[in-house]
Amino acid sequence: MSSANVEPRDAEPRTGLSPRQRSQRSRAIQYAILVVIVLVAAFTANWGQIATVFFKPSLIKSAFESGLPTAFLKTIEYTIGAFVIGLLGGTLLALMRLSSVGPYRWLATIYIEFFRGLPAIVVFVAFSLLPLAFANLVIPFDPYGTVWSALGIVSAAYMAEVIRAGIQAVPKGQLEAARSLGMPLGLATRKIVLPQAFRIVLPPLANDLILLVKDSSLVFIIGTSAGDFELTGFGRDLANTESNLTPLVTAGFCYLIITLPLGLLVRRLEAKAARAR
Amino acid sequence: MTELIEIKNLHKSFGANHVLRGIDFTVSQGEVVCVIGPSGSGKSTLLRCVNLLEQPEEGQVFVRGEDITDRDCHLDDARKHIGMVFQQFNLFPHLNVLANCTIAQTTVLKRSAAEAEQVARANLDRVGLNDKVTAYPAQLSGGQQQRVAIARALSMDPAVMLFDEPTSALDPELVGDVLTVMRKLALDGMTMLVVTHEMAFAREVADRVVFMDEGVIVEQGPPAEVIGNPSHERTRVFLKRVLDPTHVEPS
Repeated sequence: MSSANVEPRDAEPRTGLSPRQRSQRSRAIQYAILVVIVLVAAFTANWGQIATVFFKPSLIKSAFESGLPTAFLKTIEYTIGAFVIGLLGGTLLALMRLSSVGPYRWLATIYIEFFRGLPAIVVFVAFSLLPLAFANLVIPFDPYGTVWSALGIVSAAYMAEVIRAGIQAVPKGQLEAARSLGMPLGLATRKIVLPQAFRIVLPPLANDLILLVKDSSLVFIIGTSAGDFELTGFGRDLANTESNLTPLVTAGFCYLIITLPLGLLVRRLEAKAARAR
Repeated sequence: MTELIEIKNLHKSFGANHVLRGIDFTVSQGEVVCVIGPSGSGKSTLLRCVNLLEQPEEGQVFVRGEDITDRDCHLDDARKHIGMVFQQFNLFPHLNVLANCTIAQTTVLKRSAAEAEQVARANLDRVGLNDKVTAYPAQLSGGQQQRVAIARALSMDPAVMLFDEPTSALDPELVGDVLTVMRKLALDGMTMLVVTHEMAFAREVADRVVFMDEGVIVEQGPPAEVIGNPSHERTRVFLKRVLDPTHVEPS
């Protein structure tokens, strides 16, 4: 509907900047602030000292020679073991939460709420004190047993909620179809519901894995011996003895080598899940 | 007992909503029964009570002479003999077409993988989809998915097939494929209980048509009577709305 002789709606003449001009000016101001900050940083910082404290080449080299690869491997071992425990425990807890037996539901809810609400560090402190409290306590596969249990106990609580949501996201018709074919509930859950639930929660589970990689750094609280150091423990130890942050920074970059590809994987999985819908 | 399905005084409520208000009815061996009626009349609920996907509050359902509403009944055993086809197909999306048709055979009937595959292929052939064996449900059209769902149910060698509005979720041009498969199934002598809005199918294929409204069976009989010359006013109003929807007085 166009017409040549339509009066402008408001007779008052518009004054000042147009919206486009206003947003241009706002952006110019933001760029100006950025340039000032960069210039100040460039001229005031002592770049030489920063380079030697954080990125000293000789220390990077000695870190690699004095056991960084072992620590890298330990971090991965601690994470994978804890992930397996968390996944199994989380699946069990999720099924308990959806159980028709009341006490199972309550137990699972209490467990999940307790360990989700607790800082992971408290659990680790507790595990470090266990040998003192129980003199005869032997945790198998030490130090793996202790690390895997401590990390797994916490992550099981997180994963349980993710998996429960996944199970509930599987359409009701799937279980009905399976049951109408004569499948008992347990069989239908194992063969039909859980495979679909895990497909749905793959992206958030991969996210939990990234969190676990980082939480594995808490292991040093348990008081592992030098040979069992993971990345943070190793970097901290060497940074202490050298009075230089370079080993810790190097260890930090090693985390990124693990977490960045995982992050990429999560995004891929999410994109794939979005396409499937 | 010659009746394959016998339902006695069936009542079912969802909360305050009394959906089934005393249903008595039977299906004989080899009979094709179509259940028609307005939405909310309880016809789908009735069908879902026949394999106890819905638990009725009162009344009994006998399938092959066994009271499946008995709380000590081996329900999973009974369901092996009752094939069900859903409005939304409900194929297992993580399994390919063949695995959809074999998984219950191998796990429930304990057939060997080879035998299960042979049965599945024969039934996929029957529904005209033997070339889609390795496809996944998402790669198929709605009509193809529903035919796979029929093959999946048939692979259990059921004594009776239940159809819950099998064509209601389909694009109009795909309805015919599914109805043709169902008609052939009826000609082969399968006992079928079909909830449907397809009056042409009911008229041609059904041995008996059941008209339900507000949780009761209003009338039943041969399709020529119930659809062609209904004796109840409610049936006449319903059929007019379905068969001539462009000349309906909005209610």
